[in-house]
Amino acid sequence: MKTALFADIHGNREALAACLAHARRHPFDRMMFLGDMVGYGADPAWCVDTVREAVARGSVALLGNHDEAVSGADPDMNQDALAAIEWTRSRLDGDQKHFLRNLSLLVEEGDTMFVHSSAAAPHAWNYITSPRDADACLRYTTRRIVICGHVHRPQVFHAMDRRPIEAFTPMHGAPIPLLRQRRWVAVLGSVGQPRDGNPAAAYAIFDSVQGTLTQYRVAYDTDAAARKIRAAGLPERLASRLYAGQ
Amino acid sequence: MADEVRSQRDLRPGATVDGFTIEDLVHHGGMAALWRVSRSDIDGPVVIKVPMIGDGDEASSIVGFEMEQMIMPQLTGRHVPRYYGSGDFSKLPYIAMELIRGRTLAAVAGTLPMDPLEAAKLIGRVAAGLADLHRQKVIHFDLKPANIMFREPSGEAVFIDFGLSRHAKLPDLFSEEIRVPMGTAPYIAPEQVLRNRTDPRSDIYSLGAILYELVTGETPFGAPDSTAGLKRRIWRDPQPPKSLNKAVPDWLQEIILRCLEPDPAKRYPKASQLAFDLTHPDNVTLTKRAAKSQRDGFFKVWRRRSRPVPKALVQRAPPEGVNTAPIVMAAVDLSPGHEALAEAVLATVERILATSPESRLACVNVLKTSLISVDDTVDAEGRNIHVQLLAELKHWARPLGRSGERVTYHVLEAVDPAAALLDFAGANHVDHLIMGARGHSAVRRYLGSVSTQVVAEAPCTVTVVRLPEGTGSDIGQQAAA
Repeated sequence: MKTALFADIHGNREALAACLAHARRHPFDRMMFLGDMVGYGADPAWCVDTVREAVARGSVALLGNHDEAVSGADPDMNQDALAAIEWTRSRLDGDQKHFLRNLSLLVEEGDTMFVHSSAAAPHAWNYITSPRDADACLRYTTRRIVICGHVHRPQVFHAMDRRPIEAFTPMHGAPIPLLRQRRWVAVLGSVGQPRDGNPAAAYAIFDSVQGTLTQYRVAYDTDAAARKIRAAGLPERLASRLYAGQ
Repeated sequence: MADEVRSQRDLRPGATVDGFTIEDLVHHGGMAALWRVSRSDIDGPVVIKVPMIGDGDEASSIVGFEMEQMIMPQLTGRHVPRYYGSGDFSKLPYIAMELIRGRTLAAVAGTLPMDPLEAAKLIGRVAAGLADLHRQKVIHFDLKPANIMFREPSGEAVFIDFGLSRHAKLPDLFSEEIRVPMGTAPYIAPEQVLRNRTDPRSDIYSLGAILYELVTGETPFGAPDSTAGLKRRIWRDPQPPKSLNKAVPDWLQEIILRCLEPDPAKRYPKASQLAFDLTHPDNVTLTKRAAKSQRDGFFKVWRRRSRPVPKALVQRAPPEGVNTAPIVMAAVDLSPGHEALAEAVLATVERILATSPESRLACVNVLKTSLISVDDTVDAEGRNIHVQLLAELKHWARPLGRSGERVTYHVLEAVDPAAALLDFAGANHVDHLIMGARGHSAVRRYLGSVSTQVVAEAPCTVTVVRLPEGTGSDIGQQAAA
């Protein structure tokens, strides 16, 4: 089974459209959206509708902290993020919010868990940025592989039985064999707001039969996405950071 | 129905694993066992390599197996065994691959020391294979006579055992876990001793150590069994090969000692450049290394030893380092009437070289010979034509200001110029070929020009330099057509 994985779209229509078009060049069986479809970007409604239609045709979508925030109480977030949440609420109708509110926190299939943040208390929205965080994540599950997002910086952690965890930055188009004698935490890059210094949108394809994960970086119309953020009156930083990928 | 192997203990002739039928045990070493197997859809001999995982050094042998499992499926070409599949620890860990028909370098070399010229030829083929491996972004990190084979009958070098290797685009499983230097003591590069696993030039160092052993019968630094002993090679220079075997020519000592430079930046930047020198002894630029007759004196060694470890050994190599040192080939026609074109080719060469300072330039001129008649080797003035062309070629390239090993000159005598250029480019792993295209004569349009054929068939990037229509040198040509 080949799954095209999209994490942290954050209302960036241009980035999501570019990733979907790129992904169609490879044969895949289904799509999975790993949370944070909205927040920051200027096209939350289009992104939610696109994901919702995909889900209606058999794709899977998971809950992220921004998805939860637009449909619930004010979360613990920084000023820019809160301003975006506030604005996003005003752009979504009841059905769209209902769709977001009812997403599941995680999915488990075979030896793999898919989740927005971490297997360790998924609802606490912890970030996995170090081998220590990856270790904590793996302690909370018996699955061999955890695939998640939330950090916006792609990183693959892996460890053999009780040995130290190592980190690796995946490269565009190079399939990483998720070796069976190891456990893996794959933190996906972000579709709509990359923060690893590379402004290109990130998505990945997970092949559960071959046991490989391939990350792709796709150029998209950053100008259009930034222009819309400015036109919407959202904080300037949310526009400018798209160019730097930070 | 044959028995399906469920664990290592079930391995025996007739048993099956994932569609492979086990035939017999071909090799049983300390690290792995090799079983010959067959599968109906595969032509030719196949082996499965089953790692021996004991109680002791478990981590490094498992990691070694994992590295091979990751890297082998990525590799292609004649210089690696073909990969057919693998199994994991849940049942039987194995890697199925082509059984190479041929012998290891250790077997081919026979009794040491061997003839230096023969050794240079052998390692020239190995360096050519290594260039192909590095192009695929893999550093071997364990080159030694037992890990290099030669296919029969082609003689192409094949690398086996990728247990310590590294793929630039895949995780390095050895980076964190293993706290001791990984490699084989006589051949390991100093930066590898310091656990820096990022530099393809580590493999060039190992080839130098192998070549040293082939021509002297001794390993350059012995076989130390401690990290401190391995570190000696950072500051202690080896006995010059000539002092151990008088038959070693200066150019070969130059090549060997250059490979064995402790600082990677002083070695050959690319395996293809090493291959080039091993196959063109006349073009090797001799330095102090070639003249060395004994090891450095006490004070020199002591000074090196008391300095801190050179930064170059612990810094990560630039990820694209191997690609910054291309071999550029300039094919130029120096016959009268084509001066303007030759000048234009020179200008283009200069522009291209400006972007890659570590590049190497091979200037090539073709001396067209006839198939049926015996050609004159001297011109009307009694000068040797070949020597004269060589002098003209050097004169042509002089404005580039390149000297020493960064430029070489070649006059190819051939009936078919295009074929000669293509052969040269292929045999010398040329990355970029620059040549001129002569005018647009009717004959040329009809028969096809040399440049057209080269562009169509070259194994590398080709830049064709053309003069704007109606300029200078082609006037005579056009009149003739």
